[in-house]
Amino acid sequence: MSLTAPPRRKLLQGNEACVEAALAVGCRFYAGYPITPSSEIAELMSRRLPQAGGIYIQMEDEISSIAAIIGGSLSGAKPLTATSGPGFSLMQENLGYAALAEIPLVIVNVQRVGPSTGMATLPAQGDVMQARWGTHGDHPVVVLSPSTVGEYYSLTVEAFNIAEELRVPVVILSDEVVAHMREIVDLPDPDEIKLSRRPQPAVPPEQYKPYATTSDNLVPPMAAFGDGYLFHVTGLYHGEDGFPTNDPKTASQSIRRLHEKLDRAADRLMLTDELLMDDADVVVIAYGSSARAAASAVQSAREQGVKAGLLKLKCLWPFPAAKVAEVAQRAHRILVPEMNLGQLVGEVERAAAGRAPVQLLTKVGGELFVPEEILKALLEV
Amino acid sequence: MRREVRLAGTGGQGLILAGIVLAEAAGLYDGKQVVQSQVYGPESRGGASRADVIVSDRAIDYPKATTPEALVVMSAEAYAKFGKQVKPDGVLLYDSELVQVAAGPAQTFGLPLTRVARDEVGRAITANMIALGALVELTGIVSKEALEAAAARRAPKGTVDINLSAIRKGYALAGAAREVVV
Repeated sequence: MSLTAPPRRKLLQGNEACVEAALAVGCRFYAGYPITPSSEIAELMSRRLPQAGGIYIQMEDEISSIAAIIGGSLSGAKPLTATSGPGFSLMQENLGYAALAEIPLVIVNVQRVGPSTGMATLPAQGDVMQARWGTHGDHPVVVLSPSTVGEYYSLTVEAFNIAEELRVPVVILSDEVVAHMREIVDLPDPDEIKLSRRPQPAVPPEQYKPYATTSDNLVPPMAAFGDGYLFHVTGLYHGEDGFPTNDPKTASQSIRRLHEKLDRAADRLMLTDELLMDDADVVVIAYGSSARAAASAVQSAREQGVKAGLLKLKCLWPFPAAKVAEVAQRAHRILVPEMNLGQLVGEVERAAAGRAPVQLLTKVGGELFVPEEILKALLEV
Repeated sequence: MRREVRLAGTGGQGLILAGIVLAEAAGLYDGKQVVQSQVYGPESRGGASRADVIVSDRAIDYPKATTPEALVVMSAEAYAKFGKQVKPDGVLLYDSELVQVAAGPAQTFGLPLTRVARDEVGRAITANMIALGALVELTGIVSKEALEAAAARRAPKGTVDINLSAIRKGYALAGAAREVVV
């Protein structure tokens, strides 16, 4: 009984790590509607936010949940909501609003088996394309995917920072396995956590144009409602003054800027990890909990003399096409395991562009891959 | 070395909590790498429930048990589903009043976990802690000091003593059963 644990070392569930990270990075507003397998995030936020001087609101549904965090963000908060597939579907309309109006916010979608209510407690990776294209129009979005509890923490910090730096909605696309598993995390010292803040206006209120960009990163300074800056926010195309316009030239410049904004941050958004990639002939490209099975399979394949490697994607959108193209140049073969019937594999094929054959491995029905399933494909000649 | 254990039974028996206690013992007090995961259904009580704990000196990639060296089963359904997955020469620990076990390659230990919890410890809900004590006695997957520290940390206020006494019952039951086997 005299044993003591290191003070910042915790056994955390993935969803708990997300909450700890959100609080550490300065999230003080949460609005949401609980749904398995994301409910722990709402539950913990409801307990922790009031203690931290923040606000938690249980909303009537997911449409209002994202609406509330859009409002929270406009008044200066770093807001969070969390959901799963059925709720994420309901959030799509306002996700598009946040993209066009450049509202920084973070949405966690803990993937479970779909479509529809599907299987509530079991994992899947079926929302990869929905996260990219679920809302209509050519919108920009950033989608991050953790595969360990420690990464769930660090990518939650990144999600808030990217949302703030680029004024873009960020989706954390986790899955039931990563959300519910527990691993040891050494929580960082709060002073060592990077805290980004949306750019602030350098002009007085009467000169402020909410969508005028002054910097190379194309991110317009963002005043907060209540700070004396009066401005208009709309889901219609708008000019620098924030008021609606039907002018084709303004609209074209506007949507191109939103995408250019992410293009210019390409290095910032290239988040990958490599395992045994230096001399790899057969490369597994994986993300989320599938990457855990892939890591095991790659090491087993090495023990059997196959030069296997793993490229783990932690940012799915924007898709790291340049990195995949470089890998396809060197590899003889690429395997893409997904807990769906083939979603990100299409992007891999597009980036590989025939330089290496791309093989899809699918797993559906609510179970994680076992390493042997990926190993078997690695050992095929 | 990667070591895997699985605890399986019915929702409400506290097996996921037992998995968490075991994981905290390994990760916070024994200084090991650890992953704890679970599979359960949509019911809040009843339905199949299982927890896996992986303990290793190195970083753990795959987070689920594939061939556990020890399996604790507290329902017939869990035995039917996972009984054959336990490693040959591994440990199959079961509640002897809830489960009937056929001979197999694993060493089997039938202990009256729920009855002892109810009649001797005084709370049926402590069967999970008796199971943990027995599991640690038989496998040494964590140190006893670490297990007790982790259980004390997780026990609700006012229940530390009863949980520790359940764990120690587990050591004793398993110790006696092992002597019979040998």
